Amino acid sequence: MFPEIIDTRPLRKSIDEGLNWVVTNWSQTFEAIAHPLLVLLNLIQGLLLATPWWLIIAILCAIAWQATRSWKFPLLVAGAMFFLGLMDLWEDSMITMALMIAATLTTIVIAIPVGVFMSRSTRVRQILTPLLDLMQTLPSFVYLIPAVMIFGPGKIPALIATIVYAAPPLVRLTDLGLRSVDPAVMEASRAFGTNPSQRLFGVQIPLALPTILAGVNQTIMMALAMVVIASMIGAGGLGYQVLQGIGRLEVSRGLFAGLGIVVLAIVFDRTTQAFGKQLQAKIGITEART
Amino acid sequence: MNAITDKNTMADSAPANAIEMRGLTKIFGNDPQSALALLESGRSKTDVQAETGHVIGLNNVSLDVARSQIFVVMGLSGSGKSTLIRHVNRLIDPTAGEIIVDGVDVLKMSLEELRAFRRTKVAMVFQKFGLLPHRSVIDNVAYGLEVRGVGRKQRLETAEKWIETVGLKGYENSRIRQLSGGQQQRVGLARALSLDTDIILMDEAFSALDPLIRAGMQDELITLQKTLHKTILFITHDFDEALKIGDRIAVLKDGALVQEGKPEDIVLRPANEHIEEFVAQVNKARAIHVRSIMEKGDHEPCEQSVDMDARCEDVLPLFAEQQWVGVMDRDGRQVGRVTAKQVIKALARHTPGVP
Repeated sequence: MFPEIIDTRPLRKSIDEGLNWVVTNWSQTFEAIAHPLLVLLNLIQGLLLATPWWLIIAILCAIAWQATRSWKFPLLVAGAMFFLGLMDLWEDSMITMALMIAATLTTIVIAIPVGVFMSRSTRVRQILTPLLDLMQTLPSFVYLIPAVMIFGPGKIPALIATIVYAAPPLVRLTDLGLRSVDPAVMEASRAFGTNPSQRLFGVQIPLALPTILAGVNQTIMMALAMVVIASMIGAGGLGYQVLQGIGRLEVSRGLFAGLGIVVLAIVFDRTTQAFGKQLQAKIGITEART
Repeated sequence: MNAITDKNTMADSAPANAIEMRGLTKIFGNDPQSALALLESGRSKTDVQAETGHVIGLNNVSLDVARSQIFVVMGLSGSGKSTLIRHVNRLIDPTAGEIIVDGVDVLKMSLEELRAFRRTKVAMVFQKFGLLPHRSVIDNVAYGLEVRGVGRKQRLETAEKWIETVGLKGYENSRIRQLSGGQQQRVGLARALSLDTDIILMDEAFSALDPLIRAGMQDELITLQKTLHKTILFITHDFDEALKIGDRIAVLKDGALVQEGKPEDIVLRPANEHIEEFVAQVNKARAIHVRSIMEKGDHEPCEQSVDMDARCEDVLPLFAEQQWVGVMDRDGRQVGRVTAKQVIKALARHTPGVP
């Protein structure tokens, strides 16, 4: 056994007490700060649940057609959504979708600016990279528990945990995309007297968009991967069905809900990927590589 | 460096030259100032590079570029020519020296002034084109005007005109990737021309193109220049290209200026072995203007004659029929004449093995 050189108990005790102090004194403030997230989530969820099922299928099929310009993928989307409806999973699917969309939107708003910031300074990058590694590898329960203690069980900690887990790939890919814009194009833009924001919005972001979109795709996938864990702290939806299936040893319930998550993942993954390909073709990156 | 002496007289009346560079030195590395101090204390470039680990891109280069001419900077890769041209619009900041463009010290400009300067005074054409792949041809050509803040309608009109001038009519809405290399560089050229700046920087603009396309672009540039009279600073590693388009040529080697002068000066009086090597490879008939070897004076009119700007290669075919060929000035008066013998003598003068 490794010899006990220092006593870690006081350290652990002080961390625990510190958290308790934060919970008693600050939890209301934190809740107030996170309230807009809850409003956003409830808004999306309300909207999805209020929309008739056939309209949602029609909208998703239209988006799928926009992305691929062929009838095959919309057909697949329609089939997938019918599966959810027939299996009596429609409401849970909408709740899960709402959580996913809210988490993805919030992540985009936070992660893209962070990625931009990171691409501009090697220093910021050095600091953020280990932090992102930590966010991705730290078991989610470790930060889930303090989040529940601060915000109380419910949708907010579920959303925050999802964002923490889903943000790193988008930050990384935004950074990568912006850094790998052809330096010759950047120089030309500089030579015409552009200022930094003209270069960012006029050159860098448009050219990095396929990479950024790949990051959004990853974010969506990771958000869906979190739904089961999120449902443990009150997010509801398909994850809750899986959890109940496990709890009651009802294999079928867990299986169908699990398949439902897979179906949603396929629909959103394919759609965003198709949009990414479309963008790449438009910019001409695919041609340049061959 | 002695070649600039013949222009010293103009140095006082500042804006006579479009671009002036004085003692331009650029050292790449972590601590360029200490390397500069070593260099200025008289140590050789190789010594300083070996000792400090810094790379000396430019070493005390002084150049004057007069208005309305094509000034070519020629050098092999690593000679510092691309570094040099990037100093004119300060894409690179020098370690020492000064750059005066249109009488204004570029190095004293604030960031905001520098941007305004880049938007209005100098346009640039790049070896790798540097076009925006997510925009159409016309939006690429209009890019500089857009950055300058010109309204959409007006900038598209201007872009349209220049697209037509460079021969890309009908491609306005094409994507960049749909064009060939030559067409892409036409877009690059139109983008620079549409800004209507007095000065255009061309960094190996034609080097990435196929030989035939390159020759075509050179001809077009010469034709355009006849009506535009821009000051063009043109970088190339191709001596033939330099001779063909250059009004004046400067040769760089290892970051230092070796010789500067008219194309004939360099072909007929190369400053050192390095330049002689270039000259030996080159088509001298293209480099030497007939006016520099003709018999001047009022001779009886010849049956056939050429223009003042004609070069030896232009008159050679005429000697098949003629003893003498006249040389005319721009008003069509005969100012001199040449014989085949004179042309052959000029061409043979510096050929190795011929006395």
